[in-house]
Amino acid sequence: MLQNRSTIGVVALLFAGLLAFGLVTADSVGSFAITVLSGLLQAALLFLVASGLSIVFGLMDVLNFAQGHFFMLGAYITFAFFHAQALAPIDPNLRFPIAILIASAVGGVVGYILERGLIRPLYVRPFFMLVLTFGVAIVMGEAIKAIWGTVTYTWSTVNSFSIHQNIFVLFNQQFGWYRIFVILIGLALMVLVALLLRRTRIGIIIRAGVEDSAMVEALGINVRAVFTLVFAFGCALASFGGAVAAPFLGASPGMASAFLLGAVAVVVLGGLGSYEGTAIGSVLVGLSIAIVAKFTSRPEINQTVWPSLTPMILLILVLLLKPSGLFGKEH
Amino acid sequence: MIEPGDIVLSVENIHTFIGQFHILEGVTVHVPRGSITVLLGRNGAGKTTTLKSILGMTPPSRGTIVFDGVALVGKRPYTIAQMGIGYVPEHRAIFRNLSVRENLEIAKRQRDDLDKRADFIFDLFPDLKRLYHLDGAQLSGGQQQMLAVARALVPDNRLLLIDEPSEGLAPVIIEQMMEAIRRLSARTTVLLVEQNFRVASQLADRYVIIDDGHSVAAGLMPDLMQDEALVNRYLGVA
Repeated sequence: MLQNRSTIGVVALLFAGLLAFGLVTADSVGSFAITVLSGLLQAALLFLVASGLSIVFGLMDVLNFAQGHFFMLGAYITFAFFHAQALAPIDPNLRFPIAILIASAVGGVVGYILERGLIRPLYVRPFFMLVLTFGVAIVMGEAIKAIWGTVTYTWSTVNSFSIHQNIFVLFNQQFGWYRIFVILIGLALMVLVALLLRRTRIGIIIRAGVEDSAMVEALGINVRAVFTLVFAFGCALASFGGAVAAPFLGASPGMASAFLLGAVAVVVLGGLGSYEGTAIGSVLVGLSIAIVAKFTSRPEINQTVWPSLTPMILLILVLLLKPSGLFGKEH
Repeated sequence: MIEPGDIVLSVENIHTFIGQFHILEGVTVHVPRGSITVLLGRNGAGKTTTLKSILGMTPPSRGTIVFDGVALVGKRPYTIAQMGIGYVPEHRAIFRNLSVRENLEIAKRQRDDLDKRADFIFDLFPDLKRLYHLDGAQLSGGQQQMLAVARALVPDNRLLLIDEPSEGLAPVIIEQMMEAIRRLSARTTVLLVEQNFRVASQLADRYVIIDDGHSVAAGLMPDLMQDEALVNRYLGVA
């Protein structure tokens, strides 16, 4: 109970400090509101990469370094499918959700094959697994370059699906409706995954497996099948994240490592294996990146390096206060 | 004399390695149907490893294990458990972040397992009904032990492997636990590991003594109680 209170205290302190800094340094209330929305957008995308990473690590002790590449794969597939000449006759409003579904399914299937074919034989050798996922990330990156080249694809709003074309004005500042849509999707998935973990049998098995997978197996449950399912689900979730990010981030070879770094910071900061920690960590990191980006873009500072350093600075700060992360268990 | 058909579990001369350590060097255990059989022996003799070997958690490299006519060696633990073997590990091993309800729910093998056996379980351990929505971490040691046994009773198990049920419990809780094991043995066969000789002697019908990875003696519990030399030699209690 005391530990919960101190965690809530640290979380509240971080949020209050961050928002106060953002508000004080903002040019106007409108600019602050847009910064917060940008932060929430970043948080939604980070959550989609980090949640799979966190659940897989908690259950299987596998830190999947290829998670960022599944995000990138989702972005490329969605971009390619949506812009394929052969599919142009399909209504863009239908083409986009189909592209998301295909990207997520491909991510899930590749994740399934990866777990069954390469990771499963290495469960007894955790360090080999780490090296393996690192190698898989390199192979995926090179394969994507071989298929789509090294150019950055940008997604024009012209001829795009309707929600991508619409904007709204808040305190005289413009913001795309699609970005609001992505924030809502991220929020909905946070709730859905939480419900999955709390209210379903597979969720109970996953939470029990995070504690003691050998005991779960001794109860008559095929834990390896659960591992495969969870790993594939985590990869599908990351690909889904890349798919929904593609309309405003486009697709480029650098997006994998940028999101992996942020996601690793989220997972460690939230507490390894803690779903709640990952959800709250995503919002904290997302908001801090947006607020720092806004602050450092001022003409008198004008430095672009700080937003990408922010997750690591925040991580160090949190680990100094709570060495096992916000919601991690003390070992 | 026990007829072969009356033996629910037959462990024949198993050898088990953990890493490079040869832990079991020839253990034989026969468990008659409907009995409470206890594995006795000093700390580190190989009793817990014997239970884990039966369940496939530390698979034996040699020897045979037959449960109700089916060979178990080479099968995965979840397959062995699904055949009707329940396991109550030492140190409880309940899921501390799951509620009492979830700890019981996870053990279901059929959709209605818990509904069918809830009355029996709560009759055996009335406290669990009151604690139904609390997390495992909030329970006392005795309550956690009750939950661990109750969890093994949710599916229709024909054999329960119970490791050190009295370990770390207050005397009054030990009495409750003994009574519960006596009552559940009317429904299922029990293979028990118990360090507390008083508890073992009051509960079990049969015994097997394991010493330094070997099974060295077996028989009826009343006979062991008469054999002071055997008790002194392998168990160090008078």
